[in-house]
Amino acid sequence: MKVVVCVKQIPDPALPGELDPSTNYLKRDDKLILDESDSYGVEMALQLVEGAGGGEVSLVSMAPNNEVSGLRTALAMGAEDAILVSDNALAGSDALGTARVLAAAISRLSPDLVLAGVESSDGYTGTVPEMIAGVLDIPSITFAKQIEIDGNTVKVQRQTEAGYDDVECQTPALVSVTAGVVEPRYPSFKGIMAAKKKPVEELDLSALGLDESSVGQSGARQETVRVTEAEERQAGEVIEDEGDAHEKIVEFLGELKIV
Amino acid sequence: MPPLRNGVVMTDIDIADEMLAALKNWVEAEVIPHASEFELPDEYPTDMALQMADFGLFGATIPSEFGGLELDNMTYARVIEELSRGWMSLAGIINSHLICAKLISKFGSDEQKLKWLPSMATGELRGCFSLSEPDSGSDAGALRCRAERDGDEWVINGTKMWVTNGEKAGVVALLARVPDGEEENSGGITCFIVEKTPGSESGDGVSISRKIDKLGYRGLETVEMSYVDHRLNHDQLLGGDNGIGNGLRWALSALELGRINVAARGVGVAQAAYDAALSYAKEREAFGRPISQHQAIAFKLAEMATKLEAARLLTYEAARKADAGERVDLAAGMAKLFASETASELALDAMRIHGGNGFSTEYPVERYYRDAPLMIIGEGTSEIQKLVISRALLADD
Repeated sequence: MKVVVCVKQIPDPALPGELDPSTNYLKRDDKLILDESDSYGVEMALQLVEGAGGGEVSLVSMAPNNEVSGLRTALAMGAEDAILVSDNALAGSDALGTARVLAAAISRLSPDLVLAGVESSDGYTGTVPEMIAGVLDIPSITFAKQIEIDGNTVKVQRQTEAGYDDVECQTPALVSVTAGVVEPRYPSFKGIMAAKKKPVEELDLSALGLDESSVGQSGARQETVRVTEAEERQAGEVIEDEGDAHEKIVEFLGELKIV
Repeated sequence: MPPLRNGVVMTDIDIADEMLAALKNWVEAEVIPHASEFELPDEYPTDMALQMADFGLFGATIPSEFGGLELDNMTYARVIEELSRGWMSLAGIINSHLICAKLISKFGSDEQKLKWLPSMATGELRGCFSLSEPDSGSDAGALRCRAERDGDEWVINGTKMWVTNGEKAGVVALLARVPDGEEENSGGITCFIVEKTPGSESGDGVSISRKIDKLGYRGLETVEMSYVDHRLNHDQLLGGDNGIGNGLRWALSALELGRINVAARGVGVAQAAYDAALSYAKEREAFGRPISQHQAIAFKLAEMATKLEAARLLTYEAARKADAGERVDLAAGMAKLFASETASELALDAMRIHGGNGFSTEYPVERYYRDAPLMIIGEGTSEIQKLVISRALLADD
């Protein structure tokens, strides 16, 4: 079984980020790290392959400046190899442009299953995985909390507001994995040593056979028109207990659909 | 092939940084929030030890040919520092294990290395180190535990104290005295590798006679062990016949690196104490402003940060010297002396800055305060370090 995981390398969320005023996009010049929301996909892929008693987990990523730091983290967790697409012409790509690039890289690997996070922690469009499936013309299932491979069938517990739905489709397929449904392993020190030697194939647009006009700024049909500061969080409501505090709290939690 | 310097395999700095980053993620997510849950009731952190095994830390300094990571001294010191920043006891889980492994890999025969090191590198087999006795600590040469030859066997009798991991260990690097006239190096202290069943009832004349209750360094067992007519095969004599009488010299050389380790623990605890003090001083207000804005506290923070930096630099310098194959008695002694005293001072300073809250088990500084004295006493007291340092300074070339 061959599983490909889409991983995004993002600026470290622990450090203050900065937007490029000309594009309104996040600056990505410094070291990038593995997006935590993709670490669940990596872990799920490793568990599927381990459970199947064999197979291979490969990574695909698109990042500027031939950045591999985040890929190395996923390789240290246990992935076998990676394809990195890096090309100056990719700057300013929108979700569809990104999906075209990743789809082209994925199709070189002919996987049985493609996994992705539901959404990245920096862009949050939450649309790239399904666009990849569209470009590749394969079925996709979103919000997976559990995945099982049975022959040529992918069986997924798809998370919903009320619980989960059981959904199946044929391979090859793309499944987006909900954050938090598995516990990503810490890379072992031997894994970190080995990751340094694992192959990362670096490709540009011409190697993928993609036209510059379909990707990057020129191919983008989506534009960030305006960026505004997030509102400062308001102080919470203080409930004075006059014998009915518990009811007010239950009502509040009910509004949030927590209870 | 990794670069070699004077026979020491140097760890690639980028790889070392990634290891430390992975360890830091774990320490912050799993250790710092939960350490006190195990430390206060003196409970062994089994899951934390398992994750340390998954990282490969039980093989941290074991040669790669036996399945270890073969980290250089600098990287290992940084690992110990990071573990100790979270909870100093975690460093103890691997330290005495690795001293035992170091003795085997440095002085053992090829058969001994192959027999024990591969399973020690995974953590499947745990090791410990047993030198101290009820009446012999700093004065290690005064130890009384006896090993007498009986045909192809050795018979061990004696009591050992302060054996960290003594219960969980399956092998013990035991220092015992061989009677006069036994061999060429007669009367000398000799190192044996005792094999025992892990657990409180080891059998075959080896027993855990007492679990020692401690001020700090809790969560991992420190025990008294008794040997009554315990029989060893001759192939458990470390280094074969050549090992007779060489045990103390070998143990002291392993402890020299152990001092860098304890210095690194001191840096880790001092860092934790400083971090706690800084963050509390910025939050806690008195007389209308954060206490960090009062010069009495600000100056204390300045002194703490300066001592912490000095302790770290002394420790890293000792590790660098060890990696360069240079003599480290002086540097390791200075690092251990200064870093352990600094940990103790900073733990108390952090407690002063926390005021009453520092005295409460709701904040971790009371743990730093209780853990710090171990570093002043263990692996050579501060007074022994001063002896080591002054002897090195006054030695004739």
